[in-house]
Amino acid sequence: MNSDQVEFRNVSFRYNDEQPWVLNNVSFSIKSDEWVAIIGHNGSGKSTIAKLINGLIFPDQGEIFVNGIKVTADTVWDVRKQVGMVFQNPDNQFVGTTVKDDVAFGLENRGVERSEMIKRINDSLAAVRMSDYIMHEPHRLSGGQKQRVAIAGVLAVQPNLIILDEATAMLDPKGRTEILTTVYDVKQNHQLNLITITHDLNEIIHADRVIVMNNGEVWTETSPRVLFTQEEGLREIGLDIPFVAKLANELSKQSITLTQQPINQKELLDELWTFHLNK
Amino acid sequence: MANSLIIGQYVPTDSLVHRLDPRTKIIIIFLFVIFIFFANNALSYGWLALFAVASAVATKIKLKFIARGLTPVWFLIIFTFILHLFVTREGPVLFEIIGFPIYSGAIIQGFAISLRFFLLILVTSLMTLTTTPIEITDAIESLLHPLKKIKFPVHELALMMSISLRFIPTLMQETEKISKAQASRGVDFKTGPIKDRIHAVVPLLVPLFVSAFKRAEELAMAMEARGYQGGEGRTKLRELTIAKLDWLAFLSFSCVLIGLFLLRQ
Repeated sequence: MNSDQVEFRNVSFRYNDEQPWVLNNVSFSIKSDEWVAIIGHNGSGKSTIAKLINGLIFPDQGEIFVNGIKVTADTVWDVRKQVGMVFQNPDNQFVGTTVKDDVAFGLENRGVERSEMIKRINDSLAAVRMSDYIMHEPHRLSGGQKQRVAIAGVLAVQPNLIILDEATAMLDPKGRTEILTTVYDVKQNHQLNLITITHDLNEIIHADRVIVMNNGEVWTETSPRVLFTQEEGLREIGLDIPFVAKLANELSKQSITLTQQPINQKELLDELWTFHLNK
Repeated sequence: MANSLIIGQYVPTDSLVHRLDPRTKIIIIFLFVIFIFFANNALSYGWLALFAVASAVATKIKLKFIARGLTPVWFLIIFTFILHLFVTREGPVLFEIIGFPIYSGAIIQGFAISLRFFLLILVTSLMTLTTTPIEITDAIESLLHPLKKIKFPVHELALMMSISLRFIPTLMQETEKISKAQASRGVDFKTGPIKDRIHAVVPLLVPLFVSAFKRAEELAMAMEARGYQGGEGRTKLRELTIAKLDWLAFLSFSCVLIGLFLLRQ
């Protein structure tokens, strides 16, 4: 299967007539099974894209297709069945009084049978390694744990596409690592599309493709590896590349040419020792 | 901090009362509150008191703990007794206190009313002691279900209640955070005349309200994104089931009621 899961055709959007366009003539498509990261600084329109995909808002111009369905007010419930979203604030998306109830919320909305519900709750909590907390109330969980419950809630409804809308932005470094490894595991074990929206370039290294947004327009569309070589351009639009990439770029300025742009510390080390060996 | 966050006064034990369906408990307590007004002599009052105390024992919660929970109302009960002592003028005068004649009817009436008051509070507090707030919410949703026919938003009401319950600890944590933030800027919540202290609450409430509204908006969006379309076609994870135990409870309560009507004059 290699069809388009999400397609934006010349989409423009603004919150009201007096305000500038948040998105201006944006087109891109995301294939099935792909992991796409959308990055950009604050106000670049990246979160608007998430809300548009899920039909929380509708475009002023252009069309959006999710799995072949055009997103309109009539089809929005069909679209939402296929799209799961995790938002930024861990507290403000926790509906249930306990972990179990919260994961159940999306299933209850879809009218899933109770026996099936219990099975799916257990499975999805196991997938995010939160099974031990099933009866916990939200105020007894850390931010990272709450976000993992939110991911479980999304997994339980078995969507084709999961959007993480700055899901790690409000977490401490520990919580952030928790979420990133959870997301990575989930992507490995489930067949689904993943869109991660973030302004932190450290979070995009596992993505297949990166869409960089700037002032409501697609600035570039490329792989993380290629993107990390464009340090200057990224800095101009207010984004900072990870330390590993920076170091590699500095090395190449010192005419130490590595065979490929390293994406994480291990790759950089490998590049360095092979370079040293071949000298 | 963690202690202050316990909602209501639910005490978990493994008693039979805890395992009753919350609807059973609500119905029985509702009937008890009505039928207590039918008691009119020492025997019938004693009978109902026996039932209330037996239920309290059956909860397996330490009686001392229940009694402590009732301390704020002791004052009211005693006040009611004294009021009746002086106001009621029935039967022969027994004795006088600093010129006030005390009638025998007054003592009886005072006892009866205070006892009734005490039993009402005891039984209703047993409800909250043995039932979690969310169970109570589910029970209310289920019991009000027939009202759906007259377009009463039962499901919405229950969802509102459960969301409020879920956000009480969150907002309490937030209040604490804001009060610390404001205290660090020199707002004094703890000393000074009452009027100043009430004024000091304003810089606490305004940010709390602002953030509560923001939370509400984000929550609404998250709920919509998770496919919430109102009560129609929705299934429920938390199920209430009337079991044998509940029928047993109803049966024994009917016996209590029959006993009441046999004992009253």
